[in-house]
Amino acid sequence: NYSSLPPSTMNRAVASSANILDRPLGRGLRSSSTSEGFVSSSAFAYLYSELVQYHQSRVASISELERRLESAGYGVGLKVLELLAYRARESKRETRVMSILQFVSSAVWKSLFGKAADSLERSIDHADEFMIVDYEPITSTYVSVPADLGQLSVDAYISGIVAGVLDGAGFPARVTAHSVTIEEGENPKPPINQGLPPRKDKAVFLVKFSSEVLERDAALDR
Amino acid sequence: RDTTMAATATSPLLFVIVGKNEPLFEAELTKPTGTSADSVTRQNYFVLHSALDLAEKAAWTTNSMYLKQVDKVNSQHVSTFLTAGNIKFMLLHGGRTEDSIRNFFNDVYELYVKVSMNPFYKYDTPILSKVFDQKVRVSARKYLS
Repeated sequence: NYSSLPPSTMNRAVASSANILDRPLGRGLRSSSTSEGFVSSSAFAYLYSELVQYHQSRVASISELERRLESAGYGVGLKVLELLAYRARESKRETRVMSILQFVSSAVWKSLFGKAADSLERSIDHADEFMIVDYEPITSTYVSVPADLGQLSVDAYISGIVAGVLDGAGFPARVTAHSVTIEEGENPKPPINQGLPPRKDKAVFLVKFSSEVLERDAALDR
Repeated sequence: RDTTMAATATSPLLFVIVGKNEPLFEAELTKPTGTSADSVTRQNYFVLHSALDLAEKAAWTTNSMYLKQVDKVNSQHVSTFLTAGNIKFMLLHGGRTEDSIRNFFNDVYELYVKVSMNPFYKYDTPILSKVFDQKVRVSARKYLS
């Protein structure tokens, strides 16, 4: 019974009971003058650190940890896909492999990380493999992996996001994160995080599409 | 009385949201009346579901979300709208203008995106929110009656 509460509490109670369907979706990162759509990177780093530690204490292997991080990101991918497509206001969906990959490496990356991915490449040896490269993924900015965890990439969370976007859009794929040493002079851009020592590794997200995706894409060419 | 029964029976309005495996939401926006109401309802669902395959095929031929009319059985039309995540909104109707159907689909699309942003809503599961149901019906009354 709201009438018995003092006015300030009542406003809070009424506001929080407003259904999500009544609230506007917001326009995302359209204007940098408002802080809408921005989250502090320290807040994210702390939260992500807790997420990794939570899972680390509950798994028996590196690959299990990576898998858990991937499934944590998967749901984000599904939601980001619908939200960004809606906000673009074009009533268009992607139906081709190249266009969904471009959507991921530019629109999704810009919305989540503030900048497009550093490159999108296609494997020479395998027609079903593509790589998205990010020199400074935010999930591993403040992470140093101890020697006994070897090949672990905490950027597996981002692989999960990519897999969620691709699966949701109808392009099922296996996405894995790999830390690859940066060659001398490879990255011409200045580092985003100036307070930290330059990174030795870049993240390469390997996207391997299911065979039916490429078959369907090839059929659309005819 | 016979003509009104025929009128409601032949201008059905059935809206279904279909995910990858199962219907996520159903609303009979106009309930058929009369003695054959149940079989009319079943028939409507049947027409809608058989149009699913046609919608699937049409999905990859265009990158528009609005697939327009994918099927027409007697006087019943099926129009489909596909979200970016390939969730299908399907409307069985007896003939409405494209504009009104498009407006209805856009309204439901906005509601769907809001539902999907809820961290407690799992993608591709039934939408159980009563508020969602109410708002869909309000939009249908506004654009489709």
